Amino acid sequence: MSIRVLKSSATKTHLRLPRCERAREREKMRLIVHNMLSCNIRGVVNKFPLRIEPEKVIVKEVDFNPDFLKHMIAKIDWKALVDGARSMGYPELPDHPPTTLESDESFLRKFHHSLLELNLEEGSLVCPETGRKFSVNKGIPNMLLHEDEV
Amino acid sequence: MANRPELLAPPEIFYDETEARKYTSSSRIVEIQARLSERALELLALPEDDVPRFLLDIGCGSGLSGETISENGHHWIGLDISASMLNVAVEREVEGDLLLGDMGQGLGLRSGVIDGAISISAVQWLCNADKSCHEPRLRLKAFFGSLYRCLSRGARAVFQVYPENIAQRELILRQALQAGFGGGLVVDYPHSTKKRKEFLVLTCGSIQTSIQTSKNEHGESCSEDDFSEDEESGTVSMSDRNRARKRQKTKKNKKGREWILRKKEQSRRKGNDVPEDSKYTGRKRKSRF
Repeated sequence: MSIRVLKSSATKTHLRLPRCERAREREKMRLIVHNMLSCNIRGVVNKFPLRIEPEKVIVKEVDFNPDFLKHMIAKIDWKALVDGARSMGYPELPDHPPTTLESDESFLRKFHHSLLELNLEEGSLVCPETGRKFSVNKGIPNMLLHEDEV
Repeated sequence: MANRPELLAPPEIFYDETEARKYTSSSRIVEIQARLSERALELLALPEDDVPRFLLDIGCGSGLSGETISENGHHWIGLDISASMLNVAVEREVEGDLLLGDMGQGLGLRSGVIDGAISISAVQWLCNADKSCHEPRLRLKAFFGSLYRCLSRGARAVFQVYPENIAQRELILRQALQAGFGGGLVVDYPHSTKKRKEFLVLTCGSIQTSIQTSKNEHGESCSEDDFSEDEESGTVSMSDRNRARKRQKTKKNKKGREWILRKKEQSRRKGNDVPEDSKYTGRKRKSRF
């Protein structure tokens, strides 16, 4: 059961959404990035994956491209993806990827959805070891470290 | 008067909201950034198999270079230190994922996940110490080290840089090579001060591909090493100003066809658009001209 942010009733009238509202639709912190991000603090050993604490999740449709998905599947850390998707409200990914990808279209669709279409707009990413929170605002995670963490 | 932004303020302060808007709305800058990004993508030498790749855009700013990547069909992650620039990128609805971060602190990405990295006009910011805790050498080391780790085998990184002087160029190159990269510098239009652009092309892993030759003269390729043949051969010879020779009116001062051809060649080397040489070049015109 995926969380969908319902559009406000303002969109049902002929009112044009103000620019900032429309722009918010495109902001993204997607699982494709989350799967690559690790905590950069000096001395931290257990830095991947970052735990997701979502406050606002949006689903944004993206064109389905099976070639790209097959290219990416080798790079993805599967467990991190499943956990991340679950915390964003999408539990339908299987625990292990199937061995033959070409034939399994439904799996590719689920993979596509979780990797590219779930957007974390507001929330935070938490380092598993230190508990340090990297906040996510407007879909952009703030990964800047303080001086003593470098 | 400093005309280099790096000397005015740290990047996250220099690129505040007004500057970010100015930067992105300037059509000249947009055009230059697009051209540089295209060239950088070309130098990345990604395999042409229509599979979208996963690239990193370092110092993506307001997403000008990222748009070029999207147009070529690849996915990208953009990293920038200025929140204002990233906000402009969000407004422009770029297709890449954005990160707010400092490249000098290390990239924080997992090993071997990135298929290629580009950076347009950004890496030179690392050479300046903006805070008392900054040490440019260490920041460059952290940056190149983390970049080397996150690139996949055979991937390349292409940086378009504006180094202030030779020392900066050396520093950047040295840190890159120490991190384990191979590669070198590609210079487009080396003879023209305005058009000259430097690209640092770094390769990861032992791949035997040749570094693409630099552009010169209408995009004709020439090898980087053969600078000697491009040097202009000699100057106009000085005629002896001795009074005794005044009687002999030589043709040395007249601007004949040879002079014209030489000047055209010079201009071509600078990268300007010059009409082709033909039988009409330097032809004697009617006296009416």
